[in-house]
Amino acid sequence: MDEQLQATPICGRHRDLKALMAPFGGWDMPIQYEGIIAEHSWCRTSAALFDICHMGEFLFQGDFAASGLEDVFTFSVQTIPVGRSRYGFLLNEQGGIIDDLIVFRLADDQVMIVVNAATAPKDFAVIKERLHGGTFTDITAATGKLDLQGPLARYVMVELIGEAVATLPYFKFITMDILGVPAIVSRTGYTGELGYEIFIPAEKVCELWDLFLTDERVKPAGLGARDVLRLEVGYSLYGSDIDEETTPLEAGLESFVNFDKTFIGKEALLRLKEQGVTRKKVAFEVSGRRSPRHHYDICSEGNAVGTVTSGVFSPMLGRGIGIGFVTPGLTAVGTPLTITHERVTMEATVCELPFFKGGSVRA
Amino acid sequence: MSMYFSKEHEWVRVEGGVGTVGISDHAAHELGDITFVELPKIGAVVKQFAVLGSIESVKAASDIFAPLSGKVVKVNDALELAPEAVNESAESAGWMAEIEIADEAELKNLMTQAQYDDYLKTL
Repeated sequence: MDEQLQATPICGRHRDLKALMAPFGGWDMPIQYEGIIAEHSWCRTSAALFDICHMGEFLFQGDFAASGLEDVFTFSVQTIPVGRSRYGFLLNEQGGIIDDLIVFRLADDQVMIVVNAATAPKDFAVIKERLHGGTFTDITAATGKLDLQGPLARYVMVELIGEAVATLPYFKFITMDILGVPAIVSRTGYTGELGYEIFIPAEKVCELWDLFLTDERVKPAGLGARDVLRLEVGYSLYGSDIDEETTPLEAGLESFVNFDKTFIGKEALLRLKEQGVTRKKVAFEVSGRRSPRHHYDICSEGNAVGTVTSGVFSPMLGRGIGIGFVTPGLTAVGTPLTITHERVTMEATVCELPFFKGGSVRA
Repeated sequence: MSMYFSKEHEWVRVEGGVGTVGISDHAAHELGDITFVELPKIGAVVKQFAVLGSIESVKAASDIFAPLSGKVVKVNDALELAPEAVNESAESAGWMAEIEIADEAELKNLMTQAQYDDYLKTL
């Protein structure tokens, strides 16, 4: 392995559990423990625990407007109420997605920005360059993050963490003491299930991991299950479905772009809106158990019309599902497509997102 | 009834001129949760080490190669609905096809159980 991989504070626990480990975004991460499908199923029916310490966290303190932070993302920071978070993008001048991220409004003059692991160093540099004021700090190494996701997650949280989380609504968070240290508990996640993301000082995260696993409703789940879970509900994965060559307009993510404010990349997006995009995101179901995969070709009536960016066998639907990009005009629900790769051919049909509609995310 | 193995991790058990074929426990474990098995057609004639079918897991898609030349006479179509049987017992209930063997001399191109076990240690 060429790159020096970083290890999360929970790395030793993964080894004890004999997890299959693999590099992800520059980190040595658990892909699976007992198996991807078993862990996926546990998340859909009980509560799954994910080590997400690899994700990046930045802290900004200062005047949002005067520092220029307000213009950095595709959404307004100053209109996020304290105690709430908002999802959106950091774009380049061409409107390409440098990262997708969530901003947590901690106080009147303070936000935490949560970003993808692989892009964290670049995100930090780009944001820093765009700021002219305030204090901007990378707190990734000091911050531990665990996700507890699943229909029983609320009961587990109330019993182990405290009654305060019982009424927390979707995309809202609270700051509270956990294990005697200040932590953030957010009703967000990446699975389509009711769940929480917990930010806690890195030196306490292993203790919190152990505490969760004392509850028999909780089992650890790896990034393999996380990828199946997120795709079943149609969430984009940075680096596969979206990247710097892709704009939110092509990726069907325009609802996370606020054109009523200024942001870097806006002019490019407005031009693209006027010209029209040359490719569009599409979601499709395969007619059998075969799985479409990243880089497979998408064809229509014998012609290559696009590429698969994510695909998997969906345990909930019992068939292959995928998302990709195709020529505009082929994205209407019901449109037949053919997915091909070497000697493999799959018949597919354009469908709506999410693929799996029974999740407990808003429960 | 001894088993022979290929470098691509298929096994074949030979009995009365017919070889029962599958993938090894090692291969099934490496693939992880198996979600789809593409079986050959009955009557298909295959050459040793040519593509016989394919297998998919959540993680990967791989071809299955014929460990011996011959004609496919039977397939385990239970795998179409329950491919997880390959994870549960790759070297018995998870068998994929039976091949009427064209030339048993081809067994010399395969490994015995002991040789295969040694081969796995080199990977």
